[in-house]
Amino acid sequence: MIRFLLKGIFRDRQRSLLPVLVATIGVMLTVTLYCWLNGFLNDSIELNARFSTGHVKIMTAPYAGNIDQIPNDLALTGVDSLMKKLKKEFPAMKWQQRIHFGGLIDAPDPAGVTRSQGPAIGIGIDMLSGDHSEIERFNLEKSLRRGKLPAHQGDILISELFSQKLKVNPGDTVTLIGSTMNGSMAMYNYVIAGTIVFGTPGMDQGSVIVDLKDVRDALDMNDAAGEIIGYLPEKYYDDKTAEQVVTRFNLLFPPSGDKYAPVITTLRKQNNLGQMMDQISQVGAFVVLIFVLSMSLVFWNAGLLGGMRRYMEFGTRLAIGEDYSHIYRTMIYEAVLIGIVGSVSGTAVGLLLSLYLQNHGLDLGSMMKNSSILMPSVFHARITAIAFFIGFIPGLFSTVAGTALSGIGIYKRKTAQLFKELEA
Amino acid sequence: MENSTLISIEALKKHFPTSGGRFTALNGIDLKIGKAEFTGVVGPSGSGKTTLLNIIGSLDSPSEGRAMVLGLSISDLNVKQAALLRRTRLGFIFQSYNLLPVYTVFENVELPLLLLKLNESQRRKMVMDSLEWLGLTDKVKSKPAQLSGGECQRVAIARAMVKRPEIVLADEPTANLDAANSHNILKTMVRLNSEFQTTFIFATHDDKVISYLKRKISLVDGKVEKDEITGN
Ligand SMILES: Nc1ncnc2c1ncn2[C@@H]1O[C@H](COP(=O)(O)OP(=O)(O)OP(=O)(O)O)[C@@H](O)[C@H]1O
Ligand SMILES: [Mg+2]
Repeated sequence: MIRFLLKGIFRDRQRSLLPVLVATIGVMLTVTLYCWLNGFLNDSIELNARFSTGHVKIMTAPYAGNIDQIPNDLALTGVDSLMKKLKKEFPAMKWQQRIHFGGLIDAPDPAGVTRSQGPAIGIGIDMLSGDHSEIERFNLEKSLRRGKLPAHQGDILISELFSQKLKVNPGDTVTLIGSTMNGSMAMYNYVIAGTIVFGTPGMDQGSVIVDLKDVRDALDMNDAAGEIIGYLPEKYYDDKTAEQVVTRFNLLFPPSGDKYAPVITTLRKQNNLGQMMDQISQVGAFVVLIFVLSMSLVFWNAGLLGGMRRYMEFGTRLAIGEDYSHIYRTMIYEAVLIGIVGSVSGTAVGLLLSLYLQNHGLDLGSMMKNSSILMPSVFHARITAIAFFIGFIPGLFSTVAGTALSGIGIYKRKTAQLFKELEA
Repeated sequence: MENSTLISIEALKKHFPTSGGRFTALNGIDLKIGKAEFTGVVGPSGSGKTTLLNIIGSLDSPSEGRAMVLGLSISDLNVKQAALLRRTRLGFIFQSYNLLPVYTVFENVELPLLLLKLNESQRRKMVMDSLEWLGLTDKVKSKPAQLSGGECQRVAIARAMVKRPEIVLADEPTANLDAANSHNILKTMVRLNSEFQTTFIFATHDDKVISYLKRKISLVDGKVEKDEITGN
């Protein structure tokens, strides 16, 4: 009997090819959309990780508490040995020191008299040690508008808009006026290496990027850093791994009485990113729900149409002595088979599509009017383990639910009534 | 004849609900049909022929009265028991053949045996026997779409006969056939009737069919008007 039914399915394309195709398309869309949204949210999170939070971040507790004010007087000290220890204990991770600072940028005329001046927010990152990773993280090569990237100590990058406001050009010297770690006034001269466009209005107003060592020299922060940022070896943040790093770190650096002892925190606990991450898991459920509903409707309709086509078959099978429940069950089995085949092929196609989007991404930059450069405009899909089976939920559920719903109509008809409809 | 009664109908009524109340399609039928009969229910359109045949075939149930078929009371059967009765002991032939288009002639005839869970060699033998009775052995692998109307109806008869049922119910079996094919099929059924002692019951208003009947039960407005043994 099973072979008999299988023959029927394979020979009747309206019962096999068509529904499999519909299931395949639906499942493919589910998988691709899921991977895409997943990637999109993760890209946004990674953006935060790159510019601000890291996957984990080490600060002093007081610094963390007042992070908005960039309180460099509360910065970490003894960072050289701390870095050594981190690199030894967590060799797979990437650790970077960063110093955020605020101050005035002063552009003098050749006589040394102030020509123009403006408040600046700055960040000191490692650009000159030979490690290229921070330059990549900040996407500096592509963000460069004029000039070059820093090549010598004392070079500075400044946002293009800011340079226009100050009427300075690459090659000009500017002075940073700020305060040292101890609170005294700091003045330090930099040569503008290049200008960059960040793509976010806030940062384009007045941002500067200098090499870490130059900030240290300027702000008297030898062997100190506002924060040490750690990146997991994986491309994307994983909360479990990050928490393991935290646990391990806390074992290595047990809480002491020292108020300025290093304290570690994860990406999830910074900048409300936890909330954003929770959304990712909701997205999966949402996508699945939408497709389960819409595809069930499609299969319900297809089942009703197919059922009408098959009245003769069902009526005949009933007359020959098959009972309703057996016919109904065989319809469900057929749907399960269609659902599985459709889910497998749809998942395969969806994963291929997602893989392409994961590797190549989709350039939304051209769609955004003020195409940002520092912000990545190319968004990638992301394939996770869930992507391998998430399509089976709509794929299987909707074929079966659609068939079950449409089958009830046949179930309810009196046998004799089926024949009446046949004769008509 | 009395001890070989297969069908016994007493005071049978069938009402159908309609918008304005109910419509009585069968209005007090009393009838006995015995083994190996070749009987037809005849009468004008709307007289209740199909309704009566459906009740005998356990596809429908009486509203009032009793219909005993092969010792079973149709009104007392649940859907599973009715299906079992049809599966094991009744055969159906329809006006529009009702062959399943995706299956071959062999597979169409095999279906009733699949439901009986017979093994492959048993099935093969019975199907081939049945196709031989109907002269269809060269069409085993054909699909219904490749057959003429007469051939389709012969396949349908083979399907009804393959499990050697005690009763075959045929509702207007010749309505879609030309004269030559009608006679051909009727002769075949007469032969099967005498060879296997299968009871045939027709619902028809076709004179060609009527000319082959051994007994003619005339229905008018849901009542038996005449019940006569004919000369055949
Ligand atoms: N399900 C139903 N609901 C309402 N009325 C019905 C139903 N089935 C049959 N009838 C009515 O019962 C009467 C008898 O119908 P039946 O089909 O038995 O006639 P018939 O003798 O087979 O006619 P024909 O020669 O046209 O096939 C008809 O008037 C028909 O309209
Ligand atoms: Mg009729």
